[in-house]
Amino acid sequence: MTTKFTKDHEYIRLEGNTGTVGITSYAQEQLGDIVFVELPAVGHKFKQGDEAAVVESVKAASEIYAPVSGTVLAVNEALNGDPGLINQDPDGGGWMFTIRLDAPEELEALMDAAAYAQHTA
Amino acid sequence: MADVPVQDLRITPLTERHQALGGRMVPFGGYAMPVQYPSGIIAEHKWTREHAGLFDVSHMGPSFVSLRDKSGDPEADHQAIAALLEPLVCGDIQGLKPGQIRYTLLLNEAGGTLDDLMVARPRDPDWAGTLYVVVNAGTKDADFVRIAAAASGKATLNRADNCGLLALQGPEAVDVMRGLVPAAADLGFMAYGSFASDFNTLVISRSGYTGEDGFEILVEPDHAAALWDRLLTDERVKPVGLGARDSLRLEAGLPLYGHDLDETVSPIEAGLNFAVSRRRREAGDFPGAARIAREHGGDLRRVRVGIQFDGRLPVREGARLVDDSGCEMGHVTSGGFSPTLSAPIAMGFLPPGDAYEGARVTAIVRDKPIEGTVVKLPFVPHRYFRKPS
Repeated sequence: MTTKFTKDHEYIRLEGNTGTVGITSYAQEQLGDIVFVELPAVGHKFKQGDEAAVVESVKAASEIYAPVSGTVLAVNEALNGDPGLINQDPDGGGWMFTIRLDAPEELEALMDAAAYAQHTA
Repeated sequence: MADVPVQDLRITPLTERHQALGGRMVPFGGYAMPVQYPSGIIAEHKWTREHAGLFDVSHMGPSFVSLRDKSGDPEADHQAIAALLEPLVCGDIQGLKPGQIRYTLLLNEAGGTLDDLMVARPRDPDWAGTLYVVVNAGTKDADFVRIAAAASGKATLNRADNCGLLALQGPEAVDVMRGLVPAAADLGFMAYGSFASDFNTLVISRSGYTGEDGFEILVEPDHAAALWDRLLTDERVKPVGLGARDSLRLEAGLPLYGHDLDETVSPIEAGLNFAVSRRRREAGDFPGAARIAREHGGDLRRVRVGIQFDGRLPVREGARLVDDSGCEMGHVTSGGFSPTLSAPIAMGFLPPGDAYEGARVTAIVRDKPIEGTVVKLPFVPHRYFRKPS
């Protein structure tokens, strides 16, 4: 299982042709207390870089972009009741949606963990 | 989501303390200021409502305006300095009692608001002929020019914004103050004085911007960090950033200049009628008095309201407020998530006929309608100190 990262601090954890998308620990820390998450509709198709979700912290609204093109397979309904999951466990219980990749070659342009660590250093 | 560069911003005597505490520094009013510490805005907000929050508000504009030629008669000297400031504001400055603070507004000729500020009269008769004036960070340079010009050689304005200005806010603030400067703990609400302390002279007022009891403390720059450290040794006190300062003042229904107040908004539109002195209104002797008299008489286009929204989506500044047919009625001037109510709250402007308590209103957020209800301000009751009579 590999995980790739965007410069805008989304992660996508890959399992075959499916990816789980969320925001990184660095991102949640920057945003602060998250109070609302607007998730995409299951079945929605995104192009890479499309606005896919919105995370509202106490201070501001931040757009979350689709790290790859594809179709939304599932969304994390638990975030509707407890958006703070993104702060507590961004890589686990705070995942946002899963997506079936249309164009796996798009992953080439994303960062691996080492490059992302550099990006946020 | 990139970090905003904070070089080229002004610092306060406490900037190093914020960095050492892990404060996230952001630009605000030309200064690098902590928006939050690692505990986060909601925890800091709740701590202030339950215990005592310590805020660095040194970015603001404290100053002293002093009569150049004093007569030596304290009352005459106060009247003389008040007469120099009154033409700029709508408040009763002459009527301030020794040691009293008053909230007032600096107005333009159209009756719009250039700033909101605190003006105070010293308690000590030796200081008569001086006013302690505290203005907002983003407007202070223009305000000071305006006030100095009005003083026109008869008074001098001394900026004190190189000093530390600390706010200690919350129900336990008074007990903390009793251990630091016991005499200051006996101040009434909206009163102030100068006090000798371990940190040289402190100018302490019983006032704040959270809706809680509390104090604002002006301290010389060289003593500011030591005072900050001392206050934080008290386990009832935790540092609180500007993020929670904003959510606390929003819950308290207090307007923020540049958002809920600006050069187009009059004190009456903003619901700040208490800040327009009756004597001044009847005399009509301040900028924009004709408009304010008209609006006071009921000829009013818009008023500031509080709105609590259904659901959990925050409705923020700039969101349009529309009627059933989608026509714009007004807009949100500040809004966010209330940690106390666990609900989105906002302030904004509506036509008076739509601004009654219980009125349903629709905001548009990302093209979606969000329903809410007009509610009475403040959202969370004030708990200011009232001296038992």
